[in-house]
Amino acid sequence: MDGHINWHSFYFLLFGLTACVFSVAVVLTGSIVRMAFYLTLCLGATAGLFFLAGAGFVGAMQLLIYVGGTLVLLIFGVMLTAQGPFVNMKTRAGEWVIGGAAGLMLLGLLLQAAFRVEEWRGPPEGVATATAENAPPGEIGIRMLGKPGDNGKAVGKESGYLLPFEIVSVHLLVVLIGSAYLARTKRRRRASDPAEST
Amino acid sequence: MNLLTDPVGASHFMAVGAVMFVCGVVCMATKRNGLGILMGIELVINGANLNFVAFGSEFLRRNPDYALGVDGQLIALFVIVLAAAEAAVALAIALNYYNNRATIDVDRADELKG
Repeated sequence: MDGHINWHSFYFLLFGLTACVFSVAVVLTGSIVRMAFYLTLCLGATAGLFFLAGAGFVGAMQLLIYVGGTLVLLIFGVMLTAQGPFVNMKTRAGEWVIGGAAGLMLLGLLLQAAFRVEEWRGPPEGVATATAENAPPGEIGIRMLGKPGDNGKAVGKESGYLLPFEIVSVHLLVVLIGSAYLARTKRRRRASDPAEST
Repeated sequence: MNLLTDPVGASHFMAVGAVMFVCGVVCMATKRNGLGILMGIELVINGANLNFVAFGSEFLRRNPDYALGVDGQLIALFVIVLAAAEAAVALAIALNYYNNRATIDVDRADELKG
């Protein structure tokens, strides 16, 4: 196997490095517009990582909902508020030092925890990788509709994910109404308004 | 080990997720722009999501029987939906703040100090 490039690992390296580099760039850049652009690239590379892990449906949803919906919302927010002094806001040097030190310590802890368990280090050589067979999305839909897993791995689950699915649907409706109520333009109240004093 | 010839495992996905998580935390701690803080939250959520998907995958384990299976992907989908909802509400709050104060600097919102 020496000298033979594992293409799964190659693409993992490509997408992983893109995600890491652009997430660091989000932190380091000062301009809010550049932050939004780097975040787009970082989340797109994350979708690629989802595909590489065999979760094709989640990767597609990441591209559709996250990159196509949530980030466009954030960019609208940037466009509505990025005026004059708010495009570049400098952080004080002391905050950089404290935040960077805390972040580096957290990173060391997490990396140590990630590589400590032998079981997580990867499959043995010669096993089919996720690029060979992507899981079909049908099972996700069946589990969302409440059928418990029948692959023998999900033991002890009674109703699948029907209840969380319903809660999340109602939650989305509540959030839609709530954010529309919050973001609407309000009429300024005047103290001299005779209708207010009654 | 050689990253180009050896198969990658859940540990490598966790490493990428850890970098994104830490960048999000530092972003939340240091940015003064309210929308920059929102972007940090998105980074944190995605780092966590990457771990869910990596643990759900059967192709990244030494023993595939221990993988979470499709549960990891389902939880990742719920997280994506909740992140979209969170972004909508937080953006509404940020725009309201901007309308009332004509600034987006979160350090200026200190009336509740007491």
